[in-house]
Amino acid sequence: MSLKIPSGSFPLFNWEASVQSSLMRRFTVVDLYLWAFRIVVLAVVVWGTIGTIMARRYPGEVWIDFVVYGLSQGSIYALIALGYTMVYGILRMINFAHGEVFMSGAYTGYFVAAAFGRSGYLDRNPVVSLLVVLAVAMITSTAIALLLERVAYRPLRGSPRLVPLIAAIGASFFLQYAFRGFFGSGFQAYPETQVLKGTWAIAGINILRTQAVVIVAAVLMMLGLYAFVMRTKTGTAMRAVSEDREAAALMGIDVDRAIVIAFAVGASMAGAAGFLYALVFKQVHFFMGFIPGIKAFTAAVLGGIGNIPGAMLGGLFLGLFESVGPILFLDGLGIVAPYQLKDVIAFTMLVMVLIFRPSGIMGERLVVKKA
Amino acid sequence: MRIPIALVVALMVAGGPYFVPAAPAATVGPVTDPVGVVKIAKGAALTIAYWMVVAGPDASLGIDTRRGAEIAIADKGGKLLGHPIKLIGEDTGCNAEGGQTAATKLAANKAIVAAIGSNCSSEAVPGAPILWKAGIVTVSPSNTAPKLTAPDRGPTYDGYLRTAHNDKVQGRVAAEFAYKVLKLKKAATVHDGSPYAEGLQGVFAEVFKKLGGTITAQEAVGPTDTDMKPMLTKIAAGKPEVIYYPIFISAGGHITRQAKEVSGLANVKLMGADGMFSPDFMKAAGEAAVGVYHTSPDLSPEALGPAYKVFQEKHQKKYGEKPLAPFHAHSYDAALMIFAAIEKVAKKDSAGNTYIGRKALRDALFATKNFKGLTGTLTCDKYGDCADPKIAVYQTLSADTAKWDPGKNPKKIYP
Repeated sequence: MSLKIPSGSFPLFNWEASVQSSLMRRFTVVDLYLWAFRIVVLAVVVWGTIGTIMARRYPGEVWIDFVVYGLSQGSIYALIALGYTMVYGILRMINFAHGEVFMSGAYTGYFVAAAFGRSGYLDRNPVVSLLVVLAVAMITSTAIALLLERVAYRPLRGSPRLVPLIAAIGASFFLQYAFRGFFGSGFQAYPETQVLKGTWAIAGINILRTQAVVIVAAVLMMLGLYAFVMRTKTGTAMRAVSEDREAAALMGIDVDRAIVIAFAVGASMAGAAGFLYALVFKQVHFFMGFIPGIKAFTAAVLGGIGNIPGAMLGGLFLGLFESVGPILFLDGLGIVAPYQLKDVIAFTMLVMVLIFRPSGIMGERLVVKKA
Repeated sequence: MRIPIALVVALMVAGGPYFVPAAPAATVGPVTDPVGVVKIAKGAALTIAYWMVVAGPDASLGIDTRRGAEIAIADKGGKLLGHPIKLIGEDTGCNAEGGQTAATKLAANKAIVAAIGSNCSSEAVPGAPILWKAGIVTVSPSNTAPKLTAPDRGPTYDGYLRTAHNDKVQGRVAAEFAYKVLKLKKAATVHDGSPYAEGLQGVFAEVFKKLGGTITAQEAVGPTDTDMKPMLTKIAAGKPEVIYYPIFISAGGHITRQAKEVSGLANVKLMGADGMFSPDFMKAAGEAAVGVYHTSPDLSPEALGPAYKVFQEKHQKKYGEKPLAPFHAHSYDAALMIFAAIEKVAKKDSAGNTYIGRKALRDALFATKNFKGLTGTLTCDKYGDCADPKIAVYQTLSADTAKWDPGKNPKKIYP
């Protein structure tokens, strides 16, 4: 499990050792390149920001809107990212099928929501029906993740790290095409919820009701999860397993159970995210998990994969940067149609974090901790 | 010298697909053709291929055109020159990669005489040259991007024609309607980076400015984006009176729904184009679809005459529903045009085998003149534009997909 590489033993870098000058040793071509990259990105950001602020094209309220849009999108990313980070934290494995776990929750919730919508129950009892849809989404996602763990990942647990990763990618395709086979390749539209239309004025700011609900629900769920991991016995057991699996087993902790619970909790968060996503965007289809999955994975890495508060923070940051970034950095540079480039911003930010702080915003240095 | 050589090799590899060598003329049976000859043995099937988006969020567009071709085949009695017509096809996904994959798969099939497709212009850009390199001529029923039939399109598109209108026409109608009929002076446009949307909004903006209007923003989104609110908020800063977003169903639905939620855009007029003229768009946009304007081919009886009514009845009988998107009639015409050209150039030997020269077939299609089709009188120019374009503006009155009936809902309001 060690990630530590003894210095000088990596053949690719042997040429470096042969460079005699101590100055050159401290400052290699790669360093120079990375520094140049940092300076260029920083210059672009500063220049664009100054340009946008000087142009005064957007009034203050609009900036608040951008932040709220970013937070609501970001909290969905954060909820999905929790699943990536928990499974990684405990198994050192990236569950690439997690985006499809998210999709399956949202998709299954659709059938309940559509039935409620047709019968009119959704508008008569919106709270009850939305809670039922949420429960269905969470239960389906959890069930699918547990099935995946049992069938696809557990048999491979002793094998090299790449093997479960490939199994996860296969599982992701399997789930996509299973849903496509069952429910067709077209999209399905969630019914409108009348009570969630329009805006609420919160502290003088008009916030769309769906977004307020998404942000509040996501924050509550994340707090609940954090309390579960930090305060309960099961949470402590999970943390112990993630610290050192063998030692935890010797202390009498059921490792299998801790792993299953990590999968279940992560998947239920993804199911909830699927429900919230459908509440805002109202379209579900078999391929919808792919992009949010990749974004949430980015968020998890951004925050420091394996770290729960890091995943939450990474998700919120990513959402914010996608929403505010194009207008703050790119509009000021005179770039036409900056929102086409929001993915570029998201991934440039990932690259920047990996250069400045390879372990992520909240992550510890793995080399030290796991050695 | 290692780098320059590597560079030359790389350039040759990259340029390879665009380099069409002059192949030696092929002679099979009684036919000699510089591109190739398809031989169809007596009684064997004559294969026509479609490459259309028949899966995914835009599937209604492709299924609609596939049905147009199927009805054309049925009208021919399922037979051409004594051979049963076999229709095979590939899904294109409405994106460049899908178009390339589908065209590559079809190009490997030597039995294909001609193809119908593609649907989205982004598919045709990489796909049409691949098919023509294999000698397969393709007629698109729904590609509308101007650059596909522009005079500078290059020889790799020599095997490409379309029965769909050129967006130079559609963009002009949209701009004229917004400026003259709705009397709006400030417009914003959104495209999704596809050749179709980018070209169409470009024509719209150009004409709108020429008429005297102002374009406040020309934004872009990704076709798979879902959160349009930041982009719409940016557009709202320019205070447009109309947003023209000629994109596809999924992203178009998100924009329609979210435009109502962004402050400053509550009363803005929304206008789309034929890419989202489908009941699926009502599903995607929900109640927000009500009031949205669309430009789309004019399918009204005044424009198309009685033949279209007969077609509609056949469609209803065969599939149990109304056409799903605007291009079934163009697809029907594409198929009939191909059949007529095949009949013109095919030769039979004494044993009853049929031979079709590939270049001869291509030339016969380009020579199509005054062809009476369902969509009008088609005449192909030397760049492959064959349409007799009639564009109308529609407005959605009800978002209930069961009430989908182009002409009534969405209601034709212009001209």
